[in-house]
Amino acid sequence: MGKRVVFRSAWLPYALLAPQIAVTLVFFFWPAAQALWYSFQLQDAFGLQTRFVGLENFAALFGDSHYLDSFKVTAVFSVSVAASGIAISLLLAVMADRVVRGALAYKTLLIWPYAVAPAIAGVLWAFLFAPSIGIITYALRSEGILWNWVLNDEQAMLLVVIAATWKQISYNFLFFLAGLQSIPRSLIEAAAIDGAGPARRFWTVVFPLLSPTTFFLLVVNIVYAFFDTFGVIDSTTQGGPAGATQILVYKVYYDGVKAADLGGSSAQSAVLMLIVIALTVVQFRFVERKVQY
Amino acid sequence: MRTEIRVGVLAGAVLLSGTAEAQTEIQWWHSMSGQHNEKINQIATGFNAGQKDYKVVPVFKGSYPESMTAAIAAFRAGSPPHIVQVFEVGTATMMAAKGAIKPVQQLMKEAGEPFDRKNYLAAVAGYYTDGKGDMLSMPFNSSTAVFYVNKNAFKKAGLDPNRAPKTWKEFAVIAGKLKGAGQSCVYTTGWPSWVHIENFSAWHNLPIGTRENGMAGMDTRFQVDSPQHVKHVAMLADFSKQGLFTYSGRRQEGEDRFISGECAMMTSSSSAIGKIRKGAKFDFSVNFLPYHDDIKGAPQNSIIGGATLWVMSGKKPQEYKGVAKFFSYLSRSDIQMDWHISTGYVPITNAAFEMTEKTGYYSKEPGADIAIRQLNYKAPTANSKGLRFGNFLQGREVFEEEMEAVFQGKKDAKVAMEDAARRGNDSLRKFEAANR
Repeated sequence: MGKRVVFRSAWLPYALLAPQIAVTLVFFFWPAAQALWYSFQLQDAFGLQTRFVGLENFAALFGDSHYLDSFKVTAVFSVSVAASGIAISLLLAVMADRVVRGALAYKTLLIWPYAVAPAIAGVLWAFLFAPSIGIITYALRSEGILWNWVLNDEQAMLLVVIAATWKQISYNFLFFLAGLQSIPRSLIEAAAIDGAGPARRFWTVVFPLLSPTTFFLLVVNIVYAFFDTFGVIDSTTQGGPAGATQILVYKVYYDGVKAADLGGSSAQSAVLMLIVIALTVVQFRFVERKVQY
Repeated sequence: MRTEIRVGVLAGAVLLSGTAEAQTEIQWWHSMSGQHNEKINQIATGFNAGQKDYKVVPVFKGSYPESMTAAIAAFRAGSPPHIVQVFEVGTATMMAAKGAIKPVQQLMKEAGEPFDRKNYLAAVAGYYTDGKGDMLSMPFNSSTAVFYVNKNAFKKAGLDPNRAPKTWKEFAVIAGKLKGAGQSCVYTTGWPSWVHIENFSAWHNLPIGTRENGMAGMDTRFQVDSPQHVKHVAMLADFSKQGLFTYSGRRQEGEDRFISGECAMMTSSSSAIGKIRKGAKFDFSVNFLPYHDDIKGAPQNSIIGGATLWVMSGKKPQEYKGVAKFFSYLSRSDIQMDWHISTGYVPITNAAFEMTEKTGYYSKEPGADIAIRQLNYKAPTANSKGLRFGNFLQGREVFEEEMEAVFQGKKDAKVAMEDAARRGNDSLRKFEAANR
């Protein structure tokens, strides 16, 4: 088929890649290495005294039962956010793909929330669901449901999952919509002629063809839920009640940025890094096998 | 038209930069938002207009922890601000950072500015004074926990609106009556740890931790698992179960519920008074915190919250001179009185308090002096002059987590407070190790 483009020069490809590599090194690898180095240290807030303490920070972490609890909380939170985020946006994308009139308006509105900062998304939902003055609380109360997430574990979790998911739906939606539009019409029409109903067409033709997109979004959403959601937590529950929404990354943020405990926070982020690396490896080795490119 | 404006702006900019060059600029990072922010700008403008050598530039840096983190990061990067506003929980961290800060007392002395620690309120100055009696930071906005009552709700329940409960025993009776009269939320609180652990302890002359609440040394241990603390938290949980206490969250969420009239009584910061005056559509009173009459020595005095101004190290003598001049300006009675009246924070000098009293403000605005009277109720003891715990942002979080577990009914008060002390001690030991 087409001609392959080959660089004749030895240094040109590297030169072209250099800016990207430099950005990655400076903004990703350098801080990650620094966090690893800090995780073996004990230092005061201002960095006036620094001592190497080996694995002491890690020992303290794993000796704390509340830290171990937050693994469970993180698992529940991340799975809920990724699963509901993907499911809802897939549904919306399939619907929006079918809309004939005013499609642009629907699409624009669905993509909009992506421009909202996580902290603002958190505040927004916290307002709607505020224990006494929130609109939704008010509506729920008239239905006889007592809504008080400041003391109810499940409701607090529900609140942060909704806020974090809402924020991510637009992003997922965009990819699903693009994926749907790249599926050849002829395939779907052929299935229809063979007598497959809409549901069957979706599950046997569309969904498998979307699997690369779905897989990509699974990885991205898990990473989002693990790393990017501390703003949502901070502006709503702050990890409460009694640690029920204390996810790992929020504790990293709280201890490091707010409480100025750099060693402890770095050790936690090293643990978090390991988890996400492991998860990504698992996803690529096992889940990716089911993906049809 | 366009070009004219542009030329005008340009000329203005040139003029401004011209004057800025001759002046020494002083960066002031703070966390005061909304009305308080406007007041800060007003103070800086007032100082700048009064002299030509220095220009104070206030910069809003976000919440208290955010400003502090920003200043720490700036220090690590080698360009800290001159002045940073740090909240009271950050005190231990700032004090331990000997090379990063310039003690205020030393600053004033070197700059030749008159300064006497005794002019400042004892309850405020004591909090920020080191073992040698040197004041390390400049008191700025201080408040304390007070008890607010919705008088209309009292009337509706057939209670005397001018008699707020003084003890927790009286409180229980009155709360029951309010509930009986159909009050959906009887009582709530802001800042649960600050009100119900820290101020509760001081008000009852109980230690929060050993070594004079950490002020005598970093080898302090929390004592929040005392029988009195356990009893108090158990009482709140019991109130919660009976529907007499509604938990609202860890920050000032409760204040909105009081202002909306949903909750009839509330304990929170005295600096909420401005917000309540503006928003509440009912008569309210400000009162002393209720106390347990079976605890000997109660009531004692309450402790402050709020923030002070810390001066960062590594600046030029000329700049420090400007900072010192600005601090003198800030301590002036008229400036303090204005700050006190418009924000609800207590005046930091005795002279400013007396000046405010003379204007008749307190008889016009009953309740405005409650905070300061409560802070001065008795001469502060080792238990009530303040606290100084390292990593206390984490310590407070632990207290709040454990209290929430009790209010949820998941944990027994005794177990929870023991866990609070144990987990808090872990973070104290870590701080001690990091600041040897």
